[in-house]
Amino acid sequence: MSNILELHSIHTFIGQFHILEGVSLSVAEGSITALLGRNGAGKTTTLKSIIGLRPPREGAVRFGGADIRGRRPYDIAALGIGYVPENRAVFRALTVEENLRIAERKKDDLAKRGDLIFGLFPDLKKFIKLSAGQLSGGQQQMLAIARSLVPENRLLLIDEPSEGLAPILIEQLMESIRSLSAHTTILLVEQNFRMASQLADYYYLIDDGKSVQNGAMKDLVNDRATVQRYLGAS
Amino acid sequence: MNQFIRNNLGYLLLLAALVILPYALALITGDPLNKGLPLFVQGLMIQVFILAVFALSYDILMGHTGILSFGHALFFGTGAYTLGILVKYGQWSIPAAIVAVVIIAALESFVIGVLSLRVHGVYFAMVTLAFATVAFILVEATDFKKWTGAEDGLHGIPVPDALNPALHRTEFYFLALAFAVMVYLLVKLFVDSPSGRVWAAIRENEARATSIGYNTLVFKVQATIISGIIGALAGVLNALWNLSATPQTMGVDTTINALLMCIIGGSGTIIGPMLGAGVLQLLGYLLNLWLGSVWQLVFGLIYILLVLFVPYGIIGTWRAKNFEWRAMWRDRLQRVATGTGKSSG
Repeated sequence: MSNILELHSIHTFIGQFHILEGVSLSVAEGSITALLGRNGAGKTTTLKSIIGLRPPREGAVRFGGADIRGRRPYDIAALGIGYVPENRAVFRALTVEENLRIAERKKDDLAKRGDLIFGLFPDLKKFIKLSAGQLSGGQQQMLAIARSLVPENRLLLIDEPSEGLAPILIEQLMESIRSLSAHTTILLVEQNFRMASQLADYYYLIDDGKSVQNGAMKDLVNDRATVQRYLGAS
Repeated sequence: MNQFIRNNLGYLLLLAALVILPYALALITGDPLNKGLPLFVQGLMIQVFILAVFALSYDILMGHTGILSFGHALFFGTGAYTLGILVKYGQWSIPAAIVAVVIIAALESFVIGVLSLRVHGVYFAMVTLAFATVAFILVEATDFKKWTGAEDGLHGIPVPDALNPALHRTEFYFLALAFAVMVYLLVKLFVDSPSGRVWAAIRENEARATSIGYNTLVFKVQATIISGIIGALAGVLNALWNLSATPQTMGVDTTINALLMCIIGGSGTIIGPMLGAGVLQLLGYLLNLWLGSVWQLVFGLIYILLVLFVPYGIIGTWRAKNFEWRAMWRDRLQRVATGTGKSSG
């Protein structure tokens, strides 16, 4: 299996703060890979470094073999990377339909992918004319993910999808993400270790902006000491 | 068709009222259309229509794209002076001069947009203020007095009799009204277009719009150009109405007025800024009439009360019936005030 995404020791700064001090990871095509670490470890910054919102100063970001470090976010997105930011990142003033349409790269993207999207998230079809600001938190999260599915992205970066959602919604969301992985590769940032451990094939653990450990998720689940030490959960 | 009338009843009634206004006044007062109160009110309303278009052009930036500009008067003045100079000293026909205004305003806004839109929020506002101030200084400069009239302004723009607002007030009234309606429809078309949705996305969260694949600079420059052209056309109409172009058209007060009109009427609602222009203009006139020179003081108080109790403008507050709308607006105003705000996706 080839790697669709590879980070080689990237260093990212926010202002003068050195946030990522050498993060490396690879994401195998077709897998779900979880990026784990405690609050402030640099997980979100890693995703932003990939999509170009926080371009790394050093290191390499390879997507499909090409180095994309330093390219503009809109160019990187156009290569086929969908980014789902944390906190239900919908456009509140736009309707559900407009939120989806705005992500189209070709005119018929939504028409082509509508069945997949509304199959995964039937609620969105029901509320298609409603403004996104009127949706519930869970629905907004689903819309944010759905938006990244409109164009045919080869890789999705999903940041903390379960944050602030009720347990029942988290179950639904897990189902959706699991079905999604049949269509695309996913790099998932998730605080909820139970969710991450049930979804992901592989994991990367970062701490204080540095890569610490990686491997198959099933091995980490049995390694209680590591989970306790870096994630504070068991 | 019935559905259309029902959905737009308010707008259609407003339009009908404006169409019959001169005739109704003539009927009530017994004066002819070109004398007394009917003549005067038409003049007042012509200014309202001009400012309504200018306020709307400003709101393409502030309300629809989330860009705060302190230099919008530059375009109003550009329209007025370009028309005045070309028609008076170049002997251009008015249509040819209007084409020139559109081209010049487009170039001007393109250059300003490309140079300044890389900075955000208040910094952009400051850069635009600098541009407008330079233009203000240039039109006041005695070096160009031959063309601009310097501090006195450029007066006596020659127009054909048919366009002379003193001779054909009612025709000019309908010209200005038609212009305002046309610009309203045009802006609505833009806002509802795919580009308009990208503007809204930029207003809400520029980083998010970038990361789904939009070169936001392109869309912000596009909004600036459209806004600049419409603002300049409002300036053209203002010059035709006054048959002059004065330094005030370039002044910062002109920009602040547009900002007030948008906020009072309801920024981002299209009809709001136009209504705001009406409120500001008519209220200003009435207060001046009743109170004399202290009217601006009283108007300031009214403005503070409006911001406190009608925080999203007349139209915005009327529409903001539920919590979600309110949250969205708070968010939006905050972002306009602090720059693009969150970098977090």
